[in-house]
Amino acid sequence: MFKYVNQPIEKIDGMALVTGEEKYTDDFAYENMLYVSVLHSGYAHAKIVDIDDSEARKLHGVVEILHYKNVEQKLYTTAGQGYPEPSPYDTMLFGQTMRFVGDNVCAVAAESKAIADEALKKIKITYKVLKPILNLEKSEGSSIIIHKDDGAFPKIPVYYDAKNNIASKVEANVGDFDTAFKNSSRKIEHDFYCSYGAHCAIEPHGAVAHLDTRGRLVIISTTQVPFHVRRIVSFVADIPVSKIRVIKPRLGGGFGGKQEVLLEPIVALMTWRTKRPAKLIYSRREVFKSTRCRHEYKTKLAVGYEPNGTINALHLDALENAGGYGSHALTVLANAGSKTLPLLNKIPNLRFTGKGVYTNLPCGGAYRGYGATESYLGYGQVIDMVCEDCNLDVVEYYKKWSIKSGETSAIFQALGEGKEGVAMNIGSTSLHECLDEGAKLSHWYEKKKLYGAHSEFNKGKRLKRGIGMVALMQGSAIPEIDMASAYIKMNDDASFNLNVGATDLGTGSDTVLAQIASEVLDAPIENFIVYSSDTDFTPFDTGAYASSTTYLSGQAVKKCAEKIKEQILKVGAEILALSVDEVTIEDARVISKVNSKDEATFAEICQYALYQKNQFQIQASASHVSPKSPPPFAVHFIEIEVDTFTGIIKVLNYVATVDCGTPINPITAEGQVEGAIVNGLSYALFENYYFSPHGKMLNDTFGKYGVYTAYDIPPITVELIKSYEESGPFGAKSISEININGALPGIANAFYNATGKRLFNGPFTPESVLKVLNEKS
Amino acid sequence: MKKNFHINGSVKELELSPNDTLLQTLRNNNFTEVKCGCNEGECGACTVLLENKAVNSCQVLSMSVQEKEITTVKGIGTLYQPHLVQTSFVEAGGDQCGFCSPGMALAAYSLLQENPNPSRDEILVALDGNLCRCTGYVKIIDAVELAARKIAAEIKETE
Repeated sequence: MFKYVNQPIEKIDGMALVTGEEKYTDDFAYENMLYVSVLHSGYAHAKIVDIDDSEARKLHGVVEILHYKNVEQKLYTTAGQGYPEPSPYDTMLFGQTMRFVGDNVCAVAAESKAIADEALKKIKITYKVLKPILNLEKSEGSSIIIHKDDGAFPKIPVYYDAKNNIASKVEANVGDFDTAFKNSSRKIEHDFYCSYGAHCAIEPHGAVAHLDTRGRLVIISTTQVPFHVRRIVSFVADIPVSKIRVIKPRLGGGFGGKQEVLLEPIVALMTWRTKRPAKLIYSRREVFKSTRCRHEYKTKLAVGYEPNGTINALHLDALENAGGYGSHALTVLANAGSKTLPLLNKIPNLRFTGKGVYTNLPCGGAYRGYGATESYLGYGQVIDMVCEDCNLDVVEYYKKWSIKSGETSAIFQALGEGKEGVAMNIGSTSLHECLDEGAKLSHWYEKKKLYGAHSEFNKGKRLKRGIGMVALMQGSAIPEIDMASAYIKMNDDASFNLNVGATDLGTGSDTVLAQIASEVLDAPIENFIVYSSDTDFTPFDTGAYASSTTYLSGQAVKKCAEKIKEQILKVGAEILALSVDEVTIEDARVISKVNSKDEATFAEICQYALYQKNQFQIQASASHVSPKSPPPFAVHFIEIEVDTFTGIIKVLNYVATVDCGTPINPITAEGQVEGAIVNGLSYALFENYYFSPHGKMLNDTFGKYGVYTAYDIPPITVELIKSYEESGPFGAKSISEININGALPGIANAFYNATGKRLFNGPFTPESVLKVLNEKS
Repeated sequence: MKKNFHINGSVKELELSPNDTLLQTLRNNNFTEVKCGCNEGECGACTVLLENKAVNSCQVLSMSVQEKEITTVKGIGTLYQPHLVQTSFVEAGGDQCGFCSPGMALAAYSLLQENPNPSRDEILVALDGNLCRCTGYVKIIDAVELAARKIAAEIKETE
């Protein structure tokens, strides 16, 4: 059916990546470049009474120092989101109040990194140490007010209550939860906990700035959102947008961590003031401590149901730890509801309540999964609990109660991103097939029968086995908010420049977008010269987040290629002396529908258009905003072995069946699934932030934090089960985020199957597992 | 100061400071294919081969390896003449963001030099020092297995 789409095409930058030719931010260096070091607060909560930089300025090689005394005290949000941002304006580049260990105190630019580091030690800072809030449950209404008199405010009209430390609040109601819950004959109510998590992109955050020959500021940075960087740097550093060019070179992974504008304004100001290039690359420890992370979450689920499994009412309450600043505090919270509750859309009475509270701990931000990871821990377990209690097969249960093609959920409209959501009907879904196929691949029915807390198999054994499953949904782009665009021009040898604002984080989106253009124009992938993410040379794109690139930017590319196709057909018809209706495109040629030997090759067509007659440049641009956010679906089956002596959970087998519509590139799509699963496993089983009593992160290295290595991974089976999403390019939906959400609930359900006990609090470390095993039931 | 080093088969005069790590020296002298992910010996992005053994270059003092043969990823193959390990990474989809790829490819290359027919377990051990957050390692392991098969086929062909 497809020629270039749905084919496992090698990444177009692949060979340059594996031979070390591609350039990342830190690989750019300029003559006369300054090196920047940032001093981060060692206090979780403190006021800077004074900064004396006179000794540091005397140090040979120190060129510029930035701090609250010489940087405009202007509130903004570091969240790289559309404008106006749904995150509160509560952050200053260099403010006077330190709100977490890792907050920016000051920065030095010097002739070398060593001098810059030395200078930081010579800056005298007088702090007034304030009492911190280090527990999310003690934040609301505390006498300690984290954003007390800084004037922090929401940029859009949403609930915001800094006096009570509330960064965000969301509520949505469908039906009448209270009454339905009260009248239900069976009830489950439980708390769940999700820890902090770090993105751990192997490339640390960095930015390099220089002035071009005409005095414009060029910023090369590790960003997922180059256009938001341009806008936010312009605002924070007070430099006109016209004077700023932002380039994202190759990026060493993002996962949401680089959807944040943190370093760019610093190098921008250094370069703007000194007229010299400036580079700032964070150390790994700085990335852990000072950038953004997955929010810590406490969720509470209440379900009222009947003995036959009918759920009458479900309430999901979320308490989110925003940390010192409310970056993404509102939208992650809203997504905790909007990406879970529509899944079982037949529950008549739903309630979602959530609050994001400020604390003096690290700031949350965007992280693959974006609230859904946090809420599926509970949501995926209570469904299992209902089924266990009613003696129902959970796979069949999902089939019966899950959302189907043509159906909707009131939640879609009720929960948006800082405003009302967008009503939509589900178009594509292969969730049923995913459930069936996953059950088959994982031997669900045999193993579910074989294992069990009281089974012969597990009886009296130290090592107990169990199997668990969970069904998931996410979204594809933010409907009616995010926009992507593309530009294509044709060259005389039938090659095409494809310029996209879309930001390839390493996912392979440059390749995927080329495949889409290839398919429309029926021209080989090699003909497309892809250039992405340069605010001077590529059209606008909101950036790589919200599972949007393939779906949203892909559709912009498709529209753009269709316009090019029209132009090519017109010129081809002119050459062949036929009407446009009489010709078609095949294999990079325009041919007569009647006699396919009458042909004009793409090269002939472009040369004709450029040089011969009625000359013009074959070129087009197109933009796309999506009217909906079609959910991808996935089902994860996880088999585990629990060592009841040590508390160690070993994952024996992981099966994921995934509906991403048409996988544009099955190899990179599978790679997205596998990467997300392993990240999810690592987060479910041991990733966490450990703090000192004063709120300092203690495990701020890869070694102490713990990231899965090749040696840790279980056998993983991924099956992409196609559906066709009419609103997406060639039927595609998203795939990048959804699969990080399965490990927590899937393992917890498997643990129940093995032991009869439940894991409510992540991560499931041996210590926490032993504690649960030793609890008297 | 300037000192000579044996890199990728030739002698190169590099600018360095006496306390520089090999990672610093290489990157400061435009060997940017050697990546810095943590600078603490924990991620493997800075892997180079020292006499064919994969090491974290951030944990090696430059002055201590002046006499040793240093190989970066460009030393095993280039864009114009890639090694089978490198083409296998691309073919199998073991290349996502590519930041860990030079180190991963060198770890795999070093393994296959020593053991052209590794078991899956031996592959996992060889890659254990190299972190990747994008791929979940599945396609990287596939890539190493693919490279091993290709190398075996190549040896068979020349025999």
